[in-house]
Order: sequence, then structure tokens, then C-alpha cells
Amino acid sequence: MIITLDKLKKGESGVIVSLTEGEQALKFMEMGCTPGEEVTLDSIAPLGDPIAVLVSGYKLILRRTEAALINVELINER
Amino acid sequence: MRKNSIISSRTFKVALLGNPNSGKSTLFNALTGMNQHTGNYPGVTVEKISGGFVLQDGLNEAPLLVNLLDLPGTYSLYPKTLDEEVCYNVLCDDDNPDCPDAAIIVADATNLRRNLFLASQIIDIGIPSIFVLNMIDFASAKGLSIDEDKLSHLLGVPVVSTNARRKTGIDALKKILATELKRSEKTLLNVKEFINPYLIDEVKKIYPKKTDYGVYQAINNQAGISHFEAPSEKAAELKRLIKEYGYDKHKAQTSMTIERYKIITEIVKECVSVNEEQKRKSFSARIDKALTHRVWGYFIFLLILFLIFQSIFFIAPYPMKAIEFLFVKISELGRIYLPSGELSSLLINGILAGLSGVVVFVPQIALLFAFIAILEDTGYMARVSFLMDRLMRPVGLNGRSVIPLMSGVACAVPAILGTRVIPGRKERLITILVTPFMSCSARLPVYTLLISLVIPAKLALGYFNMQGLVLMGLYLLGFIAAISVAALLKFLIRVKEKSYFVMEMPLYHLPKLSVVGLSVYQKVKVFLLEAGKIIVIISIILWFMASHGMPGAFSRIDKNFANGDTVKKYTPAQLNNLISGEKLKASFAGDAGRLLEPVIKPLGFNWKIGIALITSFAAREVFVGTMATLYSADNEDNTMSIRQKMAAAADPLTGKKIYTAAAGISLMLFYAFAMQCMSTLAVVYHETKKLKYPVLQFVFMGALAWLASFAAYQLLK
Repeated sequence: MIITLDKLKKGESGVIVSLTEGEQALKFMEMGCTPGEEVTLDSIAPLGDPIAVLVSGYKLILRRTEAALINVELINER
Repeated sequence: MRKNSIISSRTFKVALLGNPNSGKSTLFNALTGMNQHTGNYPGVTVEKISGGFVLQDGLNEAPLLVNLLDLPGTYSLYPKTLDEEVCYNVLCDDDNPDCPDAAIIVADATNLRRNLFLASQIIDIGIPSIFVLNMIDFASAKGLSIDEDKLSHLLGVPVVSTNARRKTGIDALKKILATELKRSEKTLLNVKEFINPYLIDEVKKIYPKKTDYGVYQAINNQAGISHFEAPSEKAAELKRLIKEYGYDKHKAQTSMTIERYKIITEIVKECVSVNEEQKRKSFSARIDKALTHRVWGYFIFLLILFLIFQSIFFIAPYPMKAIEFLFVKISELGRIYLPSGELSSLLINGILAGLSGVVVFVPQIALLFAFIAILEDTGYMARVSFLMDRLMRPVGLNGRSVIPLMSGVACAVPAILGTRVIPGRKERLITILVTPFMSCSARLPVYTLLISLVIPAKLALGYFNMQGLVLMGLYLLGFIAAISVAALLKFLIRVKEKSYFVMEMPLYHLPKLSVVGLSVYQKVKVFLLEAGKIIVIISIILWFMASHGMPGAFSRIDKNFANGDTVKKYTPAQLNNLISGEKLKASFAGDAGRLLEPVIKPLGFNWKIGIALITSFAAREVFVGTMATLYSADNEDNTMSIRQKMAAAADPLTGKKIYTAAAGISLMLFYAFAMQCMSTLAVVYHETKKLKYPVLQFVFMGALAWLASFAAYQLLK
């Protein structure tokens, strides 16, 4: 199932399939969010936004609106 | 210029670069020690930090002097922020005086993949480089082991592991720097697969020294927008070629980013092995459970804020009093030993007073920056952003605005210097512009005096002290004003630079004393040298206005008070007070006050208040001293005396009291909103590098103050 990154629940993982084109997509990619990478939702800020994801071996904080630009294939486990 | 063998020259320029949080500053300190310089890159507000050290390699008899430039942390060579653009310009523009002969690329060893992105770009543009695996101890703790030899072979540059915090690996790094540096033989990415090879070849004719990838970077940057537009013949030719070949910047960048990461992923696969057993839940993850908790997270943050306030409010006054005391003693000595006259007065009341006004800020700045540096260095600042972002976003600020904004309650000067931790340009600008609304400690003496004058010390609602409530209301008003103006500016300010919130949440580290100490030292130095200049100049102007009048005005006053009857009526001290009061009224500042009167009359202020508004420019609390002089109070420090005189003050024509509740409240509102602090204006200018921002701030806040005071006075009188 392909969903946007902001729709992941805490602890869920997905593999990046594509990014909505634009300046932001380029920024995400150079931060290591390239297609094929696995991302895990690590934590959600107390007020529900921003979120922190584990990607490429580190923790990245991004806002939900930004996360919505990243499409991931949900990994079914756990 | 870059050469294949660089050891021939006696001094050489090395750039230190890497991702943010890669331990770059710690490595910089380990290499250069105290031999550092700070400044600014010409025309922009990006801090330029450089340092030097000497290499003795044994092979070359002559010692080699290394000039190390600490570039701002960046994730790629595609500039999006001012910091990144400075980095790009230094590395890619051969005409830049800072263009290095070699580069030390620092990488966080726990996070090789992302760090290799920038590193491989640097290697591809053909700068002789060393790849440093920093924080190697953290990598081991995570169960990662990296094959340095293989990595060096695949990248084509020497690789060295360091732990900059423990200073291990530094000697090895220096040794490589002295002996093995050369331009990489290979490029990782073949640019011609992605961009029309003819375009590359054509552009290469303009920049013959660049590698294919260097040429691509030149094309890529020219196709975009730049803060440092330098129209030259080369640039014009480049623009023409880009147009002719129909170069698509976005497409090229996307495909090359994806390809580069593919290559990097392969390299990482070959060089890094993970020991799953050691991959236990890290220390950082456990701390984060508490520090970003939805209850404890905020509680701990408030506690830290409270601690910062307490120390700025209660610790800083001691050294500040000592500094003031010292300056008072020096000027007393000056008064005794210098011949009285114009020059001495300028020296003591103008320059020395100005210097005192500058130096007195140092304790607050040092304390605030010590805290900010600790929060940054430990990695906690990123957590603050994570916690606070959602709250600050609606008013155009982001999570990192919180600490500078809140420290404005102590003093706007260190607070505005502290806005450099805010990533987006727009957010930073808004924070700078609204921070002066926060009720700073210099407003407190003004409020205390006026509250005691016009607000009865009665209980409101049976429990609350009215005076205390008004004071709290004024603080709240400052905060509300700051937030509302921020919300307004969010729509008004347009910046070229797009702001991203995306940021890394680094691992926790223990703060390092050398990093904290140097940050404090650099900030204090920049403040003293840069903002200090402007403050001293304005002080001298203020001194001139208050101590000089129209020709003959002062000598008439001296003559009037010199007759025998007057002298007998008063004690010498009283006489002195009377004379200085009369002189201030007759000075240029007095004239300016009278000139101001028509403008401030609707607010319930007379020309004497006008004088105080002008002298307050040195610092708001000067209001109290000016009032004391104007009303010839017996003792400046005696608030009771000033209060009584002010309370009795009446209009000579109508006999009505001047300091009514309406006028008092109007005056407090004026002090709450108006931009009356030259030090803040000087710092705003220094931090924005544009005159329009302090001017706008002055005009806007002044207008707001006028309107608020006008409304209050007209409604209440």
C-alpha cells in the first residue's frame, strides 16, 4: 500500500517510492530521503506536529506538510 | 590556484567543511587551539571563522603554515540558504580570495551515507581533500565498523578516523595534510551522462581549470538565483550558453542526486559492517523519551528557560554593577586629575559613558551565549524546535525562536545576537524585529517609578496588589505585542530564500568547554567591536546635546546663580543640582524636547518628558536619572525624592497636575512600545546588515507607541 509519509503511525516503516517534485523534494533527497530508502516513524511531537523519522541511519525532523510530499510503500510487519 | 602538488608553497589555505552536527567546530578547535579569528564574509551576516596552525612534517625542512577556514555546516553543494551559499562560493569560485588549496571534509561516522553526499561532491569538483571520520567512538558504540582503506580507495582521497572531543587522530590528520594531499584521480559521478556533453565542453572553455563536475556546478548555480550576483564577462557567456543548450536545472539536479546516492549506497555497503548485537537501544533514544515527552518535555524546557532567566536577571547584575562601579571610579579620577574643560567633558561624559554603556552588556551576553552554546552543543536545541515548532508556527516563527525571544525579557541586545541559531532567514528576521517588544530589564526602573507615582498601592479584587498587577500587565503587553507583530510580519516580509524546517535531530553529547568558551568569546568580541562602535558614537552625540546649548545660554545660568542671595539660600549640593537642571533645560536636548512638545502634547507629555525621551536613547533607565536632574532632585538614587517632585509638578499656566494617572499610563505605554534603545538598533543593524531594518523598527514602534499613548491618554484624562 502506498501512502504519504505523514500517514505512518508511530513505529511503522515504509520504503520511499517517490517524491512530489519541487524544491523541497531536492532538499529531502540530499538529506538522504532517496527512492528505495527505508523510513521509520520514530516519534511525533507532543502537539502532533512536527514528526521525527529514522532514515539513512539518523533522525530527521520534518513538518507534516513536508512529509506529505514523500510517498512510501508501507512495510507490513509487527 | 589549485595545483597537483601544493606542498611547494609555504602557507596554504585549507577549508574545513562538513554536515551540521558532524563535530566540525570541535575538530577546528582541536586543530587551531586559541589561534582563531572571527569576522563576517563581506556583505552578508554569515560569521567567518578562521584559524592557523603550523605543520612540521620532517620531509620538508620549512614549516608549513596552514590557514584553516571553518565553513558553515552544509548538507550539499546546492546552496539554498545564505550559509550554504557562502560555502558554495568559497569552494567553487576560483576568484574568491578564500578559495582553498585543500579541504578537510568532516563526516559523522555514525551516519556515513548522508555525510558522503557532500563529501563526494567536494571530491568531484577537484579540491585535494582528506576525508575525516569523526565521532568514531559513537560509531563503534552503535556497532558500526568502517574499513578505512577500502573507503579511501573507493573515494580516491586519504581517510582518517578521529575523535575530536578526545583529540585522538589529530596527529594522523596533520601528517596526511603535510604529505599525502593530492587531487583525486577519479570522479565518482560522470556528469556527461546527465548533461549535454557539448554544453560541458563549451563551458569548460570559460573555466579551463574546473573538472567536469566543477563545470556542472558553475552551470547549475548560474541557472538559479544568487545573493552574490557578480556580473562578469564569464558569467554573461555562461548565461548565454545555458540558454542556448536549454539546460533544465531541476531535472539535472534530481537525476544526479539520485544517481549519487546510488553510488554512495554501494560504497557504504562495501565499507561498513554492522554488528547487530551491539546495536542496542542507544543512550540518546532513552534521553529523548523524557526530553520530548508531552508533559515532561515541556516541563524540562520551562525549567531550563527559568534557569536562563534567573541567571541573566540575578547573576548578571553583580558583574554589571562592578563594571559600572569601575567606570564611575575612572570618571571620578578623571574629574579630579584632568583639567576641567570641553575635552575632559567629552572624554568623561561622552566617550567613557558610552564605553561603559557598551561593556555593561558583556555579562548578559556572555551568560546567554554560554547557555545557547551548551544547548546547541548537547543537541538539545533541536529538541526545543521539535517541541515548540507547532506553537510558534502560526505567528511566522519557528521552534528555535523561543529562546532568543524569551531572553528579550532580560535584554534585547544578547537576544538579537542569539537569533543566529534560527535557521530560516524569514523566521530569523521576524524574531529580530519583534524581540524589542519584550519588556526588557531597562524598562523596569521606568515602570517602577511611574507605577509608584500614579497607581495606588491598593488591593484589587481583595487579594492582588494593584501596582503588581499593572507591572505584570506591562510584561504581558510586551509579549502580546511581540507575538501580534510577528503574525503581521509573517504576511509582510518576503525573502528570496525558501525556508525549510527539515532538520537533523543529532545524538546527545556532553557539552565541550572549549566550544562553549569560544562561542562566548566570539560573540562578546563581535558585540564589543561592531555594535560598540555605533553605541559610542551615539553616546557622544547625546552627550553633546545634553551638555551644550545655544551660545550664551549656559553662561547666563551660571551668572544668575552666582549672585550672593541665591548662593546663601541653598547648600552647595542643592545649588549644583539646580544649576544642572537649568542647564539641561537650556541645552540642545532641551530645545529638542520643546521641539517635540507639539507632537507629544496629545499624549499628555510636556517638553521635560520630551527631554527624557531623547536621553532615554542611551538606555531606557536613563529616564529616571534625567527626571532627577530636571526636577533637581536632591539625590539621584533617591526615588522618593524624584517621586515627590514629580507628583507635585504642575503646569505653570493652568496649575493642573502633570503626572496624572492618564499621563502616567500613557507614558508607560510609550515605554512599552517605543524603540528607544540605541544599543538594540546598533545590534539590529549589525545582524541584518541593512539600515532599513533598524529604521523601520524605529519608525514602526514609535508610531505604535504614539497611537497607544494617544488612545490611553485621551480616553483616561
